[in-house]
Amino acid sequence: MDVMAAQTDGYAIEVKRLTKVYGEHYALRGIDLSVKWGDFLAIFGPNGAGKTTLLKVLATIVKPSSGDVSVAGFNLSEDAVKVRNRIGVVSHQTLLYDDLSAYENLRFYGKMYEVADLKNRINQLVAQVGLESRLHDPVRTLSRGMQQRLAIARALIHDPPILLLDEPGTGLDQQASAMLADIIISTLTRQRTVIMTTHSLEQGAALSNRVIIIADGKIAYEGPKQQDLGSLREAYYQHTGVKN
Amino acid sequence: MRKQEHMQSLKQNARIINGLLGLTFVTMIAAQFLIFVYVPTEQTMGVAQRIFYFHVPLGWNAFLAFAVVFVCSILYLLRRDKKWDRLARSSAEIGLIFTTLVLIAGTIWDKPAWGTWWTWDPRLTTTLILWFIYLAYHLVSVYATEESQGARYAAVVGIIGFLDVPIVALAIVLWPTQHPSPIIFEGGLTGSMMLTLMVSIVAFTLLYASLLILRTSLRHDADEIKKLKQYMDERN
Amino acid sequence: MKGAASKTLAIVWKDITSEMRTKEVATSLVAFALLIIVVVSFTLEPGENNGSLAASILWVALTFAGVLGLSRSFIIEKDKGCLQGLMLCPVDRSILYLGKMLSIMIFMIVVEIIILPVFIVLLDQSGFPPQLPVIALLATIGFAAVGTLFSAMAVNTRAREVMMPLLFLPIASPVIIAAIKSTGLVLSGESWGAIASWLGVMAAFDVIFLTVSPLVFEFVIEE
Repeated sequence: MDVMAAQTDGYAIEVKRLTKVYGEHYALRGIDLSVKWGDFLAIFGPNGAGKTTLLKVLATIVKPSSGDVSVAGFNLSEDAVKVRNRIGVVSHQTLLYDDLSAYENLRFYGKMYEVADLKNRINQLVAQVGLESRLHDPVRTLSRGMQQRLAIARALIHDPPILLLDEPGTGLDQQASAMLADIIISTLTRQRTVIMTTHSLEQGAALSNRVIIIADGKIAYEGPKQQDLGSLREAYYQHTGVKN
Repeated sequence: MRKQEHMQSLKQNARIINGLLGLTFVTMIAAQFLIFVYVPTEQTMGVAQRIFYFHVPLGWNAFLAFAVVFVCSILYLLRRDKKWDRLARSSAEIGLIFTTLVLIAGTIWDKPAWGTWWTWDPRLTTTLILWFIYLAYHLVSVYATEESQGARYAAVVGIIGFLDVPIVALAIVLWPTQHPSPIIFEGGLTGSMMLTLMVSIVAFTLLYASLLILRTSLRHDADEIKKLKQYMDERN
Repeated sequence: MKGAASKTLAIVWKDITSEMRTKEVATSLVAFALLIIVVVSFTLEPGENNGSLAASILWVALTFAGVLGLSRSFIIEKDKGCLQGLMLCPVDRSILYLGKMLSIMIFMIVVEIIILPVFIVLLDQSGFPPQLPVIALLATIGFAAVGTLFSAMAVNTRAREVMMPLLFLPIASPVIIAAIKSTGLVLSGESWGAIASWLGVMAAFDVIFLTVSPLVFEFVIEE
C-alpha cells in the first residue's frame, strides 16, 4: 500500500504544545511528544489524567484547543481525512454494530476505507484473530473477548501504519487479555507504530519499547529505553500518587 | 504595570456602562411620559391601544436579539472564542424574555380589541413558535453533558432557528384564518403617535443593549470565578 | 465523488441490514402511528370527519412516529461507540450526515407506505389523492433534514427523550403546518394548483436545511 511509502523519514506522530480545554477544565495542558516510526509507546496514568483525550485528538475525534499535531506527516487540522486513512483505533468500546454479523461489520468498515479485494482481506483478518467459525453470527452473540478481537480486526481492515490502542484490555478476563496481547504482537509488522494506553504496567512495559506517564494533562515522566518494572512502579507512584 | 493597565481599562469600561445605563434611564422615562401623558388616546381602540407602544418595540428588539444570536453563533463555531458564546447566550436570554413580554402584551391587547385572549394572528403566532425555538436553544445548552458541547449545540440551534424564522412566518401568513388581518389603526399613525413609537423603540433598544452588556459581563465573571476555583482545586 | 457516493450508500446499507434483522424501528413506528390514528378517530362522531380534520390526525401521527424513529437513529450509533467508529472513517463529516439522513428517510417512507392506505380506509376518505405521496415525500425530506441533526444532538444530552421533540417540533413547524394544510385540501378534492404554495413552503424548507445541516453537523458530533 502506498501509505507505507511516505514513512521513511520524519516522525510518525509529532505533538507540539497541545492543549484541550472543556469549558474551564483543562484536559490536556501543553503536551509535547514525538513518536518515531516503528516505536511502540505505552502511556500510563490514572483515570482522568488525559490519556484518552490525547488518543482521541490523534484519532481526529477531539479537536485540539491549541497546539500543532501531525500524524503520519499530515497536519491534523488540514488533512484530517488523510490522517484517518493511516490510523487504526481500538478502544475499550468495540465500535461494532450489535445486530450485524462479524462479516457485515468488517465489510461495512472495509467499504468506508475503500479497501481493495475486501473479501480476501476480511478472511485473512478473521483467521488472524481466530474468529472463522463465528464469522456470520451477529456480534451481540459473541463473548466480550471475541468482540474485542473483532474490534482489532476492524481497526486493521485498511492496514494502517499507525495503531492507537485505548485501554484495549478493559473488561476482559486474564485469559482473554493475554490472548489479546498475543494478537497485538502477532499483527505488528516492523513498520507499524503503536501507541497504547493501559492500566496494566506489566503488560504495557512488556509490549512497548518506550513508556510515558501522564498526570493532570501533562507528561510527568518519560522512561528510558530499558525500563524494569520495579522502577516503573516507583515512578508511577511518585508522579501520580497512586499505587499500581 | 500590567495590573495598572488592567485597572485602567476596567474603569473605562465602567464609565461606558454607566453612561449607557444613564442614557437608557432618561430615554425610558421620556418614553413613559409620551406613552401615558403626551400621546392622545386612539379613537376606535381606546386606552388599550397604548400597549402598542410597548408591544412593537419589544417585538422588534426580540428579533434583533435573535439576529445577534445568529451572528454570534456563527462566529463562535468558526473562531471558538468563548466571548461569542457568552454574547449569543446572553442575547438569547433577553430575546426570550422580550418574546414572553410580547406574548403577554399581545393577549392583553387582544381581549379588548377582538374579544378573545388569543387570536391566531400571524405575528403573534410566529412569536410563539420563536419562543419555543429559543426555549429549546436554552434547554439544549443546559442539558448537554459537558459545557463546551452545550455551547456548540446552542450555536447550531441558534443558526438553524434563525434561518427557520422566515419559513415559519411564511407558513403562518399563508394559513387562511377567519380573524381580521392585523390592521393596527385605521388611517395610519399620526405625527404624535409616530414620535411616541420612535422614542419608545429607541428606549427599548437601549435597554436591550444595556441588558446585553450587563448579562455578558456577568457571564464573563462567572467563567473567571470557575477558572479560579479550578486553579485553587488543583493547588490543593 | 464516486467514493463519497459509495460510502454514503454503505452507511444506508448497514442501517437497513441491521433493521431488516430486528425490524425494531419499522414495527414500533407503524404500531405507534396506527395507535394514534385509531384512538383519535374512534372519538370522532359520524359526519364530523372532514378532510382537514383527517389531515391533522394523519400528520400528528406521522410527526410523532418520526420523532420516535429519529431518536432511535443515533441511539444505535451511541450504543457501542459506533459514532466514533464512523468519525474515524476517512470521509468528510457531511457524508456521515447524508448517510444517516437517507437511511432515516427510507425508514419513514416505508412507514408511510403502510400508514397512508390504512389511514384512507380508517378515516373513510373517498379515495387516494395522487398528490398525497408528493406531499409526504417533501415533508419527509424536511423532517429527516433537521431531524438527523437534532437526533445526533439529543443523544448526547441528559433527558434525550424530551430534548428531541422540544428541538424538532418548533423548528419543523412550517413543514407540519404545510403538510396538514395541503393534505386537507387534496382530501377535499382540491387540485395541484390549490396546494402549490404549500408545496413551495416545504420545498424551501427542504432546500435550506439540506444545505445548512451538513455544514453544521461536524460541530454536533465532535467531542
